[in-house]
Amino acid sequence: MSQTHNPAKPPNYYVPHQSKWPIIATIAVFCLMYGLASILHSSQVGKMTPVPSWIMLIGLGLTIYMLYGWFSNVIQESRQGLYSAQLDQSFRMGMAWFIFSEVMFFAAFFGALFYARVLSVPWLGGEGDKGVSNMLWEGFSAHWPLLTNPDPELFPGPSDTIPAWQIPFLNTVILVSSSFTLTLAHHALKEDKRKLCASWLAVTVALGVIFLGFQIYEYQHAYNDLQLTLSSGIYGSTFFMLTGFHGAHVTIGTIMLAVVLIRILNGHFTKDKHFGFEASAWYWHFVDVVWLLLFTFVYVL
Amino acid sequence: MLSAFARLRDYFAYCLGILVLSPSVQAAWEVNMPKGITPVSETVYDLHMIIFYICVVIAIIVFGVMFWSIIHHRKSKGYKPANFHESTLVEIVWTAIPLLILIIMAIPATQGVFAMYNTEDSDIDIQVTGYQWKWRYQYLGEDIDFFSTLSTPRDQIDNMAAKGENYLLEVDAPLVVPVEKKIRFLLTSNDVIHAWWVPELAVKKDAIPGFINETWTYIKEPGIYRGQCAELCGKDHGFMPIVVKAVEQQEYQDWISEKKEQRRLELAKAAAEAELIWDLNELMTKGQEVYEKNCLACHQATGEGLPPVFPALKGSPIIKGDIAEHIRIVLHGQTGTAMAAYAAQLSDSDIASVVTYERNAWGQNSGDTVQPSDVAELR
Amino acid sequence: MNNTISDTDNLDQPDHDAHDHHPKGLSRWLFTTNHKDIGTMYLVFSFALLFIGGGMAFVIRAELFQPGLQFIQPEFFNQMTTMHGLIMVFGVVMPAFVGLANWMVPLMIGAPDMALPRMNNWSFWILPFAFGMLLSSLFMEGGGPNFGWTFYAPLSTTYAPPSTTFFIFGVHLMGLSSIMGAINIITTILNMRAPGMTLMKMPMFVWTWLITAFLLIAVMPVLAGCVTMMLMDIHFGTSFFNAAGGGDPVMFQHIFWFFGHPEVYIMILPAFGVVSQIIPAFARKKLFGYHSMVYATASIAILSFVVWAHHMFTVGLPVAAELFFMYSTMLIAVPTGVKVFNWVSTMFRGSMTFEAPMLFSVAFVVLFTIGGLSGLMLAIAPADFQYHDTYFVVAHFHYVLVPGAIFGIIAATYYWIPKWSGYMYHEGLAQVHFWLSFIGLNLTFFPMHFLGLAGMPRRIPDYALQFADFNMITSLGAFLFGTTQLLFLYIVIRCVRGKGEPAPQKPWEGAEGLEWTVPSPAPLHTFENPPKVD
Ligand code: HEA
Ligand code: HEA
Ligand code: CUA
Ligand SMILES: [Cu+2]
Repeated sequence: MSQTHNPAKPPNYYVPHQSKWPIIATIAVFCLMYGLASILHSSQVGKMTPVPSWIMLIGLGLTIYMLYGWFSNVIQESRQGLYSAQLDQSFRMGMAWFIFSEVMFFAAFFGALFYARVLSVPWLGGEGDKGVSNMLWEGFSAHWPLLTNPDPELFPGPSDTIPAWQIPFLNTVILVSSSFTLTLAHHALKEDKRKLCASWLAVTVALGVIFLGFQIYEYQHAYNDLQLTLSSGIYGSTFFMLTGFHGAHVTIGTIMLAVVLIRILNGHFTKDKHFGFEASAWYWHFVDVVWLLLFTFVYVL
Repeated sequence: MLSAFARLRDYFAYCLGILVLSPSVQAAWEVNMPKGITPVSETVYDLHMIIFYICVVIAIIVFGVMFWSIIHHRKSKGYKPANFHESTLVEIVWTAIPLLILIIMAIPATQGVFAMYNTEDSDIDIQVTGYQWKWRYQYLGEDIDFFSTLSTPRDQIDNMAAKGENYLLEVDAPLVVPVEKKIRFLLTSNDVIHAWWVPELAVKKDAIPGFINETWTYIKEPGIYRGQCAELCGKDHGFMPIVVKAVEQQEYQDWISEKKEQRRLELAKAAAEAELIWDLNELMTKGQEVYEKNCLACHQATGEGLPPVFPALKGSPIIKGDIAEHIRIVLHGQTGTAMAAYAAQLSDSDIASVVTYERNAWGQNSGDTVQPSDVAELR
Repeated sequence: MNNTISDTDNLDQPDHDAHDHHPKGLSRWLFTTNHKDIGTMYLVFSFALLFIGGGMAFVIRAELFQPGLQFIQPEFFNQMTTMHGLIMVFGVVMPAFVGLANWMVPLMIGAPDMALPRMNNWSFWILPFAFGMLLSSLFMEGGGPNFGWTFYAPLSTTYAPPSTTFFIFGVHLMGLSSIMGAINIITTILNMRAPGMTLMKMPMFVWTWLITAFLLIAVMPVLAGCVTMMLMDIHFGTSFFNAAGGGDPVMFQHIFWFFGHPEVYIMILPAFGVVSQIIPAFARKKLFGYHSMVYATASIAILSFVVWAHHMFTVGLPVAAELFFMYSTMLIAVPTGVKVFNWVSTMFRGSMTFEAPMLFSVAFVVLFTIGGLSGLMLAIAPADFQYHDTYFVVAHFHYVLVPGAIFGIIAATYYWIPKWSGYMYHEGLAQVHFWLSFIGLNLTFFPMHFLGLAGMPRRIPDYALQFADFNMITSLGAFLFGTTQLLFLYIVIRCVRGKGEPAPQKPWEGAEGLEWTVPSPAPLHTFENPPKVD
């Protein structure tokens, strides 16, 4: 069944012949995970050796190499005009569904937060359907934020929580404005004003970095001054899980936008075709929306 | 080797016999849920039978149509295919009828749920706590508090002795309750999740660490009812049975007083023992007994444990180290590990002797002795 | 680097004029972007793990052959049960269906390949590494995971063996693979259909996979979140599943089953699709009620998000929750019933023949329905207080999984292997395979209903004497069923090695669909110019 390729027609759906990147990516991810697991495992059983750290470092190196190489390939192909509109659509759908999976990942942690706030903590404090449980935790009563845990010896609670209307509010303003500046950059690109686009992008990246800086500061404050830690009971657990994974996503998003910025400066993207830009932007808006939910449910309420 | 082969051969012959399905053997087989001896268990049984029959009828109809066409509408019989492939009416009908059946089923099911959840107005309250791998029963308001462990000898499990009639379903101290009283159970756990299940009472409820679940029963007939832990709880999950002995009211009262008296005597004995100064031999004898009952399941008879979850005691730094720390771990457990706290289960002399035992057994012979008073100090 | 382009640098070049140059050897499989090669790898991987997971089932059944501890200790028994469940679910059924999707979805919708071919390769290759990691934990100090495939906290956190960390990262890797695989499939189906192939013209197998892929993307991340919380509880002092810090072990179960219940439909919907292809082909009559089949599948998927707590009827849910989850679970019987009725109506007044794919499909309909009906019994909350965590549940889920998912996979293999290999399988041997499997399986799993009702809990290495007879029958059945699969292995290998009749382009008289418009075996590249569908 040999189908002849007709160059006059729009390009066929591009299927790369073979690629070494997936298998490198597999080994990279495996080394990362295996190394990390070994570090945790050996610290648990008390037999620390440097080997796991090396495995993890190799994984990290391979990951960076792989990301660079894989994306370079894709960018090259794209700039060679191998990608049809249909393929562009595949990328869009892929990215959209990926973001949906991220939404569900955060949903698990939000679920944990709501479950604890609405059900388990009140039950332990003697309210509701399973209020008898309070028999086991004499003297415990339920308040949110939970400053005194059912077993305060095992899980000493925090002395206080982070007030919403200070740094977190500032961070909200920062992140929301970054979404605006990003949109401005996008409009600029569509109007082919590349300089302007680059400037707005740079502002966006800077805002992302500032956000992260504030968050690091906030974490230090929490750990050092408020005894609000991962191990200060369910409040600290949910707080750091949600804000921590969000922070990790901001980091990834910032890196993505930085790469886009570099590509703009290198003359990549056209005013009609710039999926790399758009994908990063979608991701950034998603991270922004998660923050708004976080701000509402973790800090304000 | 030969005997193993012979056993296998016997079993094989035996199985063939079973497969022939002689009616007398069949009658001995238990194939259905017990009807039980409580109002709830009867409700559940009836419900079970109703849904079962509904399912059977549905199955007969569906498979009936199917096999009828399998038999008649074959190509080999020269049957020509029809070409209908859609009918909204039919689709609606076979959506609506199952829905109707389900609604009918939901009514008694809902009543059943409410019946099971109604724990109000109980006559007796018993707190049941799951431990790896035993049950603790505390009669609230009465001074009764005891543990209940599997009593099947190890040899039977290891096929070194013939298995008894109640193999794996027997305990050293059954839960004793009166008939015709509403008994409320408060279930919780000391370590992982267990589930307290006695089929004839139709009571099954999870025992969750840190929380209390309520359930209840009302037993109509005296008797001995056996059940098992029904939630995977670690290696001996299959070896933590439940035995409930339901007795007439008077007998129950007698049991209560007897149990209280027994407990009083135990406490007195423990107090007396606590005063004594024990020598190494006495401590070792008693210590071995305590060890076998409480510690052996995890740390093993050899003291070598099943590391790393159940660490070895023999030669361990704790056993060789500070006595007070050793006692403290036995009393209060080790948080974050499977090591439980024994303060509530063991008396001062028990702990003194078992600590002594652990420091001297398995050829360690440290010569350390621990006295009950040492334990009392750290309690 | 010098200016000669090395071999690997060239890998990503388009292959316009390289059609007949197939890479050979290991590099073909390591670097491939071809959906057929990747599909083959998935199928082979899944088949290999079937024997590992099945071997573990052998160990379980040997230990349970008679009362008393014979071969293994309880702690090892628990590891076998756990690994058996995990491997069968994540290593056998899911990869097999992804493999089928890889092979068949592009062929059935007239696409040149999967939408994201490189990522496709990545999704596959993660799997062997993930399972290597998981299996290696069995050899670590303290043994492998021993807390059941449902790994309830705190047995899987505070009380777990240290190897649990590897288990957690293994699950993360599997999740990564599944999510990427699902994104690929959903994108392929939505974006790569040949002109004229509207959604409502898609073959049922494609439809069921579209919906399955959606379920996967929705719930695998939740599982990832769940194991991440476990990891934090174990290593970083959080208290998600510990009441002492305000958490709740039952919260673990809610999160797990929010994933877990849709997961069981992930394991059955593609099988529904397979059967919906095969039954019309061998009844020589169009699928009855195509539209309602689509809607029923979608309803099952949507309902599957709101029924999860039926696995938790005995954990002490508030009464309103208990009732809600009972009703919603019962509702699932309605769309599933629609599917069963449609299959039966497709057979009704058809002109049937019973080659192996059809035999397995008919058995699927009968035995899955039995499993579904016992599922319905489990859904009745008060009765579930008696059934829960007994062999009745084990019977239920093996009836939906073994003659359900596994038979679906086997039927698909017989149906499509002529297309894959270019040779017909040996029909006589396949009939023997069917009948031995059918008998063995019922001998294995039917008596489990009795055991459960009579009161035998699951996950126990030893049992009371009254359960001895049925356990023995079950074990014998299991040995029969398991060894029969060696015959299946032989039949498949025979086909692949080119023994047997060469297969025509369309070996099944009544079969329909684009996959039968390409030669057998299907060439490496198909539909590079999309076909027209009308
Ligand atoms: C492929 C996998 C699969 C499938 C399809 C199903 C399908 C169903 N399951 Fe099953 N289930 C499992 C896999 C699966 N299950 C597993 C693995 C477990 C155990 C997990 C563990 O604990 O390890 C489990 C456990 C499980 C439980 C928990 C039991 C317990 O632990 O106590 C329950 C309870 O409600 C349940 C219910 C159902 C129901 C109602 C369906 C329905 O979808 C079935 C619908 C089908 C029919 C009803 C038959 C056809 C319909 C008709 C012919 C129409 C007419 C019928 C009527 C109107 C009645 N399942
Ligand atoms: C798709 C899923 C799937 C499949 C196909 C199977 C297949 C089988 N299962 Fe499985 N099972 C589960 C999913 C599955 N199971 C799950 C989820 C659990 C719950 C786990 C838990 O409790 O956490 C479970 C639990 C479970 C139990 C309960 C364990 C317990 O509670 O303690 C038992 C007991 O009999 C059992 C038996 C079997 C048997 C005999 C088969 C047979 O069908 C297998 C037949 C074998 C083969 C097809 C392979 C052929 C192998 C050979 C020819 C051997 C050659 C190889 C060597 C000698 C190494 N299974
Ligand atoms: Cu306790 Cu199972
Ligand atoms: Cu379910």
